[in-house]
Amino acid sequence: MLNFDLTDEQKEIRELALKFARNEMMPKAMEYDEKAEMPMEILTKAWELGLVNTCIPEQFGGNGFNAIDSMIITESLAYGCLGMNTAIMANDLALLPIVIGGNDEQKERFLRPFTESYKLAAFCLTEPGNGSDAAGIKTSIKDAGDHYLVNGNKMWITNAGYADLFVVYGTCDASLKHKGITAIVIDGKTAGIELGAKENKMGHRCSDTRSVTFNNVKVPKENLLGQLGEGWKIAMATLNHSRPMVASSAVGGAQASLDHAVKYALERIQFGTPLAKHQAIQIMIADMAMEIEASRLLVLKSAWHLDQGHPNPELSSYAKAKSADMFMAVATDAVQIFGGYGYSKEYPVEKLMRDAKLIQIYEGTSQIQRLVIAKEIFSRSQN
Amino acid sequence: MNIFVCIKQVPDTETKVTPNSDGSYIETSSIKWIMNPYDEFAVEQALLTKAANAGATVTVVRVGGVKDTEALRTALAMGADEAILVESSDNLDSYATAKAIKGAIEKSGKSADVIFTGKQAIDDDCLQVPQLVAQMLGLPSVSVVVGCEEAGGKYTLKREVEGGALEVYEVTSPALIACNKGLNSPRYASLPGIMKAKKKPLAQHSLSDVGVTDADVRVKYSNFQLPPEKPAGKKFEAMDEAVQASVVADVVKLLREEAKVI
Repeated sequence: MLNFDLTDEQKEIRELALKFARNEMMPKAMEYDEKAEMPMEILTKAWELGLVNTCIPEQFGGNGFNAIDSMIITESLAYGCLGMNTAIMANDLALLPIVIGGNDEQKERFLRPFTESYKLAAFCLTEPGNGSDAAGIKTSIKDAGDHYLVNGNKMWITNAGYADLFVVYGTCDASLKHKGITAIVIDGKTAGIELGAKENKMGHRCSDTRSVTFNNVKVPKENLLGQLGEGWKIAMATLNHSRPMVASSAVGGAQASLDHAVKYALERIQFGTPLAKHQAIQIMIADMAMEIEASRLLVLKSAWHLDQGHPNPELSSYAKAKSADMFMAVATDAVQIFGGYGYSKEYPVEKLMRDAKLIQIYEGTSQIQRLVIAKEIFSRSQN
Repeated sequence: MNIFVCIKQVPDTETKVTPNSDGSYIETSSIKWIMNPYDEFAVEQALLTKAANAGATVTVVRVGGVKDTEALRTALAMGADEAILVESSDNLDSYATAKAIKGAIEKSGKSADVIFTGKQAIDDDCLQVPQLVAQMLGLPSVSVVVGCEEAGGKYTLKREVEGGALEVYEVTSPALIACNKGLNSPRYASLPGIMKAKKKPLAQHSLSDVGVTDADVRVKYSNFQLPPEKPAGKKFEAMDEAVQASVVADVVKLLREEAKVI
C-alpha cells in the first residue's frame, strides 16, 4: 500500500515545473525582488503552460490535478522564486473557497474565465485588527434586499492590485462570532473597492500586497458562497488545502538554499581544501538535507489525505509549521555557509533567507499551527 | 504530410561520466536522461511545420535503451502525434542506428515527406546518423540548419558555414533536415500536453523487428576510459624586470624541448 514512487506523469510535471523555475524564474528573481514589481510576463507564461490555478477541477476547464500534483508544482516553482510563487499560489488560495463552497453555476461563472486567460484572484480574510484571531472579523456583509452590501477593511491582501476577483470574508452578525462569518465573491471592477499602496516588504517583494477597503460595495446575491454563516467552515476547509501548498513552497525554497550551499561548498577553498571537505560544513549540509526530506514527506502525506477525501487539519498544520520553521533554519544555515558572501545580495541565499521568514507568518503563523495541533490532540484525548 | 523526427536520449549535460566495469560503455545506472538538446530544435521545427500544414502528423522515432522513455514522452507532450521506440543497447553504432531508423519509418507504413533530426548528439558526437539515414532512404540532406522555411513541399534552408557565412539551399520534399541551435526556440511541454501525451500511441519494436541484424553492428566498444588527469601547470615568476629575459628564454626552451609545440 505504501508507495513513495511518483508516477511517470508526475515526474514529467516536476521536470517541466523545475525547468520553468530554472530557466524563466531564477534568472529574473533578484531583479524583480529589487524592483518590487510583478513579473507579469513570467506569470502569464507559467499560466500558458498550465502551472497556475492547479485547484480548478477538470469539469470547469482545469487540468484535473490532484493535491499531490499541485504540491509537486508548488515545490518546483518556489524553487525558482518564492515571491513569484506567492503570486501564483494566491490564486489557488482565492479560488479554493469557490471550489469547496461554490455551487456548479458559481464554479462555471467564476472558475472558467481563469482557464481561458491569465487572471489574478485575491483571498481577503485578514483585517488590520484581526490576523491570527480570524474569527473576530469586522467586515460586514448586510442583506440589502436584492443584493448584499459589503463594508470593511482588509490587510496584507496578495494580488490585490491585479485582482479580477476577490473572495471576501465578512460577518453577517458580529455577535455570532465565527458562526456569523460569510464568504462572498466580488468582481474586481465593482464600485467602492479602494486599494491601498503596495506594501514595501522584507521578502516576496515582487508579489503585490496591499490593503483593500470595501466601501458600500454592492454584490449580487448569487455571489454568496454557501449560506450566510458558512464562511468559517469554507475558510477552514480552504486552509486545509492551502497550508500543505504553502508548506511545499517552503520545501522548494529550502531545497534551493541547500543546492546553492552545496555548490558553493564545493567551490570555496579555505585552509587549502573546499568547504565540502570540512566536517563542520558537512554536518550542516547533512542536517539541512534531512530536515528538507522530513518536511517533504509531511507535505506529501497531508496532500495524500486530501486526495483520499479525508482532509486532516492536524497534518496540514504539521506540514505548514514544520516546513516553515525548517525553511527558516535551512536558509539561515545556507547564508552561514556562504559567510560574508551570503549576506550580500550578490548571492541568492540572502533573498532566500528573507523569503523564508514570511512562510512562518502567512496563512497561519507557526504558533497558530501549533494551537491547531494541540487543539486536535486534546479534543481527541477527551473523547 | 508525414513528418518524422529522430531523437536520441542522452545523459544530462551535468552528468559525471564514468566508464562501466568492463569498459564497454559508460556507467548508466544513475544517469538522468534528457532529450539531446539539438533534437529539441528538430521537434520544434516539426511542430511548426505541422502547424503550417493542415492534416500533417508528427512521428518521433528513437533508437535506444528502454529504461526511461522520457525523451519520447516529452516530444509527445510538446505536441508530436505518435512515437516509435526501437529497443537496443544505449551505445549502438551509427550505421546500425541509421538502419534501425530506416526500418522503423518503413514499418510505420507512412512515407516520410520530411525528416528532422538534430545535427549531432551531444554524448558521442559522431555526427553520422542523419546523413546515413538520408543515404539509406535516398533523400537529400542538409545539416547545421539555422533557418527553415517551407512552402508547398519546397524547403528554403539556411546553413551555417565557417566564418559565420550562410549557405542557402532549396530542397524539394522528401528530404532530411539536421537542425542546429538558433533555428527556433523549442517550446516547453505544457501540463495539458503532458496529460494528453499518455493517451498517444507509442509503438515498441526490437532491432530485428526493423531488420537490423548482429552483422549490421559494425563497431564494438571495448575500452572506455576517462581522459588522463591534466598535470599541474608550470608557473614562471617574472614580475621583476631584471629576470624577465632569462625567464622568457626558459619558457621558449621548455616549449621547444618539453612541450614540443614550437
